[in-house]
Amino acid sequence: MQERNFPIGAPILEVKNISLSFGGVKAITDSSFSVLQHEVRAIIGPNGAGKSSMLNCINGIYKPQEGQIKFKGEVLEKNNPNLIAQKGLSRTFQNLALFKRMSVLDNILVGRKLHMTANFLQVAFQTPQAREEERVNRERCEEIVEFLEIEDIKDTPVGKLPYGLQKKVELGRALATEADILLLDEPMAGMNVEEKREMCRFILKVNDELGTTMVLIEHDMGVVMDISDNVVVLDYGKIIADGPPEEVRVNQEVIDAYLGVAHD
Amino acid sequence: MTSKPVFMSFSKGDIINLIVMMGIGLAVIPLVVQSDYWYSSILIPWLCLSLAAVGQQIVMGYAGQLALGAAGFMAAGAFALFNLELRLPYIPFPVNLMLSGLVAAAFGVLFGLPSLRVRGIYLMVATLASQFFIIWMIDKFGWFKNYDTSGIITAQDIVIFGKPFTSPLEMYLVVLVVVTVLTILAINMTRGSPGRNWMAVRDMDIAAESMGISLLRTKLQAFAISAFFCGVAGALFAFTYLKSMEPVAFDIKLSFRILFMVILGGLGTISGAFIGAAFILLFPVVLNTLGNEVFHGMVDATIISSIELVVFGVLIIVFMIYEPLGMAKLWENLTQKFRVSSAPKTKAQLGRKQET
Ligand SMILES: Nc1ncnc2c1ncn2[C@@H]1O[C@H](COP(=O)(O)OP(=O)(O)OP(=O)(O)O)[C@@H](O)[C@H]1O
Ligand SMILES: [Mg+2]
Repeated sequence: MQERNFPIGAPILEVKNISLSFGGVKAITDSSFSVLQHEVRAIIGPNGAGKSSMLNCINGIYKPQEGQIKFKGEVLEKNNPNLIAQKGLSRTFQNLALFKRMSVLDNILVGRKLHMTANFLQVAFQTPQAREEERVNRERCEEIVEFLEIEDIKDTPVGKLPYGLQKKVELGRALATEADILLLDEPMAGMNVEEKREMCRFILKVNDELGTTMVLIEHDMGVVMDISDNVVVLDYGKIIADGPPEEVRVNQEVIDAYLGVAHD
Repeated sequence: MTSKPVFMSFSKGDIINLIVMMGIGLAVIPLVVQSDYWYSSILIPWLCLSLAAVGQQIVMGYAGQLALGAAGFMAAGAFALFNLELRLPYIPFPVNLMLSGLVAAAFGVLFGLPSLRVRGIYLMVATLASQFFIIWMIDKFGWFKNYDTSGIITAQDIVIFGKPFTSPLEMYLVVLVVVTVLTILAINMTRGSPGRNWMAVRDMDIAAESMGISLLRTKLQAFAISAFFCGVAGALFAFTYLKSMEPVAFDIKLSFRILFMVILGGLGTISGAFIGAAFILLFPVVLNTLGNEVFHGMVDATIISSIELVVFGVLIIVFMIYEPLGMAKLWENLTQKFRVSSAPKTKAQLGRKQET
């Protein structure tokens, strides 16, 4: 592998023995794994394995009953999504969670929220600082729009866009945060080969140029093999394998877990 | 189509619109309109209620919180101004007016708290409490009415820097200036980061939170600013339209009328607040005139007022289903069509038309 701008470093995110259940349903059982700084990490597993629940625990939407999660050496105690976002973590959602009635550009601008400090009075009176901040952040979002090649739809309300484009916008919004780590829940679901290839290119480019750590859930094994540095495999809420893709692929337990489960 | 702002958050087109409207409001109307009836009974209440509708728009159209109690905040603003003018007469009127808005904003925060727990129809019921609480408080404690027992409390005269503004035209000008300034501030906010945060919370709160938006702060901010606008609107309404202080004028019916203004005008647009207010205010007038002129009073007044309710009800349902963006959107479509069909079509225009 060629030299990387940001070589893989020490763990940035550590999930330690977390368990999560909904009433009687155990979504995650005593699971631990770490994500290394600057790596591209894939989470795979059959449907209902607990992958999305895992991301929701990390990002503070779900509160695991047991275990702890450490981010940048700090235990995330009061796990509230907005506080965790402030520490430098952003994400996308499996079922799209865009601001439907807002334009593409406005959606991405919301991703800049933590970079904008002018309060409502400064904005109301359009103080020089507020205007400058708005200008700089708009420019930044225009760059992201350009990077994702969605200039022609930037003023369209996202609710009117086809699914694939919405997925792209959601990635754009996450990129706009310039978080240290991005959690992407099936960013390529429902895309054709071409679109998937494009999405992979975006993810790898951001990882390479900004050093953003990526954690992504993906069902397409080809994609996973291609872009991830390490893979975690979940099955029935338990981690059954954790390592480089070529090792995970030949792991007997993983092969068994996928047997009989139709995946494309 | 977004265009680059040239002044504040306003594009060139916005500024031209603003100048034209101010020209009409400050020069043409005062020159042309001589009848006091127009100022006292149409323009002043329209501007005051439009301002309250802007407040309702912020909390409901932008922040997506189904709040019902605008009239309660209006009452808070009105009685705050009455007491400020009474007890602190040396403070200039414009300052007292803003302070009344702040008093209402404090109530807004207090009664916005339920929005952190409940939403939709439950929030509507919870915010109704503000309506009843504020009116009850004013009636219960004599201090707010300066222990007046006559039942009729006249509002003080508006005096700004020694100059009294007491004629209908003068009061209209005061209201126009205040409403214009506050509306510009509202537009700036809704086009900037506060507006985006409100809309993000409205459209998908979990995602908003994951982008670092605090739901608590954002919702309470929307409630506070909304109540501020309603408070100032209520103060102006009492001092320039009612010219007296009566809590019953701020009953639940008024809250519903303001809610209807926002729904019919179009959720999430500031212009919708003004269009909706005009419609709700003028429609009954038109209907009454129709009843008198066309049917020569043969139709009973109660029937006319029930027709009014039926029409509002039907319109609200129709708009909710077919055009949630309301009359503001219809107006925009209409003017756009007009512009496109009246001008010779160039290639660029055709291209733009396809794009939108
Ligand atoms: N909010 C919830 N309430 C109740 N049960 C839930 C909830 N979220 C997840 N679960 C359950 O937890 C288990 C794991 O779900 P999760 O969505 O994490 O799976 P997944 O691995 O992301 O699956 P998929 O590949 O289908 O997205 C499932 O049995 C699911 O029904
Ligand atoms: Mg999932």
